[in-house]
Amino acid sequence: MRFDHRHLLGIDPLRPDEITTILDLAEHYVTFNRSRQKHANALAGLTQINMFFENSTRTQASFELAGKRLGADVMNMAMQASSIKKGETLIDTAMTLNAMHPDLLVVRHPHSGAVDLLAQKVNCAVLNAGDGRHEHPTQALLDALTIRRAKGRLHRLNIAICGDIAHSRVARSNILLLHKMENRIRLVGPPTLMPAGIEAFGTEVYHDMEEGLKDVDVVMMLRLQKERMDGGFIPSEREYYHRYGLDAAKLSHAKPDAIVMHPGPMNRGVEIDGTIADDINRSVIQDQVEMGVAVRMAAMDLLARNLRANPKDIMA
Amino acid sequence: MTKTLIQNARLIDTEANALREGSVLIEAGRIAQIFEDTHPAGVSADEMIDAGGKHLAPGIVDIGVKIGEPGERHKESYGTAGQAAAAGGVTTIVTRPDTNPCIDTPESLEFIRRRANEAAPVNVLPMAALTKGREGREMTEIGFLMDAGAVAFTDCTHVVADSKVMNRAMVYAKSLDALVIGHPQDPALSKGAAATSGKFASLRGLPAVSPMAERMGLDRDIALVEMTGVRYHADIITTARALPALERAKANGFDVTAGTTMHHLTLNEMDVADYRTFFKVTPPLRSEDDRNAIVAAIRDGLIDMIGSYHTPQDEESKRLPFEEAASGAVGLETMLPVLLRLYHSGELDLTTLFRALSLNPAKRLGLDCGRLSEGAPADLVLFDADKPIILDRFKLQSKSKNTPFDGARLQGKVLGTWVGGTRVYQA
Repeated sequence: MRFDHRHLLGIDPLRPDEITTILDLAEHYVTFNRSRQKHANALAGLTQINMFFENSTRTQASFELAGKRLGADVMNMAMQASSIKKGETLIDTAMTLNAMHPDLLVVRHPHSGAVDLLAQKVNCAVLNAGDGRHEHPTQALLDALTIRRAKGRLHRLNIAICGDIAHSRVARSNILLLHKMENRIRLVGPPTLMPAGIEAFGTEVYHDMEEGLKDVDVVMMLRLQKERMDGGFIPSEREYYHRYGLDAAKLSHAKPDAIVMHPGPMNRGVEIDGTIADDINRSVIQDQVEMGVAVRMAAMDLLARNLRANPKDIMA
Repeated sequence: MTKTLIQNARLIDTEANALREGSVLIEAGRIAQIFEDTHPAGVSADEMIDAGGKHLAPGIVDIGVKIGEPGERHKESYGTAGQAAAAGGVTTIVTRPDTNPCIDTPESLEFIRRRANEAAPVNVLPMAALTKGREGREMTEIGFLMDAGAVAFTDCTHVVADSKVMNRAMVYAKSLDALVIGHPQDPALSKGAAATSGKFASLRGLPAVSPMAERMGLDRDIALVEMTGVRYHADIITTARALPALERAKANGFDVTAGTTMHHLTLNEMDVADYRTFFKVTPPLRSEDDRNAIVAAIRDGLIDMIGSYHTPQDEESKRLPFEEAASGAVGLETMLPVLLRLYHSGELDLTTLFRALSLNPAKRLGLDCGRLSEGAPADLVLFDADKPIILDRFKLQSKSKNTPFDGARLQGKVLGTWVGGTRVYQA
């Protein structure tokens, strides 16, 4: 088992065996989290700082809980309210925090590449909790774990990723991960929400949802990112729901045992029908949340082991 | 009257499009005589320089240089830009008006002319804004500005989006025979873009602009040129898709020329790699296919000239997430060694390169320089085209060190620069 990384900045730098390593360890933490005695010491003595330059409830809570269950001292910083408003640059903020000797820095930022930039300037391990439209690696890992548990494998599956691909870092990380694990990926959505050069991603692109869902094993819905849209990507939410919202009729084209995923938070009645989201036979949305904590525990555990083993080394 | 003889040189004759050995005699600031002998007999001179078989070319005329005066003198002053130019073989700087405040009145133009004359060892010619405040609403005092010495009119990267305003400015400029320089971009499409749309930008999650925006901008400007008959120069052409429009405009006999930048000829979008902000330029770096097409257009003469688009930025404005980081790179000093990559790779020969760097921009502005001919101003650059160097950005003369070529292995070194017969740089 090898995991030679100082940071977790994205799925892109990971090898398939490293992804499996994280998922295997996360599996252990799933069991652990279901027990009554859920406190370990893997991160004991380490300081974890969560820096969120963008609003988040679930991801931040998930990272916080993961750190606390492993014994870390966890601090949350809501960066919108802080010095960034006073004109401090990202790097200065990072240097200031660095001087407090954190061991794990969990960062979310609205601009692509900002977490990479920050990682170059600090001595601790950095986990990317989402940067702009670039990557959201722990989301892809928790999705992978959810799929592996529901389907019994993480390869040779037909997976449809549906909706707002263009603005989604979740989609990018998932495409990268599911590709590395040798799955067939379909992207389904209106052409205005597809990123340019999508042909070159090695995916199949569908603008018709029923066609796109035909015989897939996994339906991964994305949130319509209203806050990232400045105007005119779709004519209206109701037309979007009609053509691309997941309802029972559209889902009937997928395999009978196909699972439905959503990274949350959901816009019920925009990209997904409420009854589908709540259907315990199809929806694994609650499992995703559970896997999220386990995967983040696994990722921080692995990074902490590297930190302890090579305190001075600069690893990729 | 001092005479200088530069002998035993390889002369890059841009007018004859030829490369030959010979010597040049400088007298009274001009090229007095050109000899075919490497060591001409019986010539007396106060100073004899043996070029040792290295290349002597007409000095570079660099259109589109940003200097931080007024407003951002901490990034670049006329003094430091002038030193950088001299060290890079640039003998004429043609400055951009996109300063803060911008150069849109005869008074501000006179201020920078005075600053330039005091501080810069090379020729400095100013451009002025086409519209007041570069806001695209009202044309500037084009006549007064020409009287004050403006050589061309441009709003730089602020495209005049209102075609009626652009049309009127062009009609007026035409009546004065002024040169209008446009930035071919559709401003709505390119708004907020930090990269060229495609696989690379999508994977990196960067806001991107289609290369088509350049053609759309050029198509509009050419249509306006057809309406008005103005002398027009497209500042930066970087995509293959824009080239047929340019070719048609020239074939139709419109008074249209075009340029490109050193960065778009030598780098592509992949060089941005992991969000390296020193590679953020405007327009954004393009695909390798586009780069190849632009090199071919320089070779064929379809694109007339190359500029550095020297844009000094301090460390703070570059040490930011890619989207937020300032755009632009310094290039006065690095342009020649960087472009010699194209010579060493066999993509461009030296006479073609210097036609695009010196002769064509000089001709477009009606200057007498840019050529190695008797009677021309002695604006010269002597360089060793083969000398290997490793570029160290902290050794650049510019106040700002934002070059994407830091640590790059290059071949080519400027040995000496003369402006009006006076040596302004010696390696």
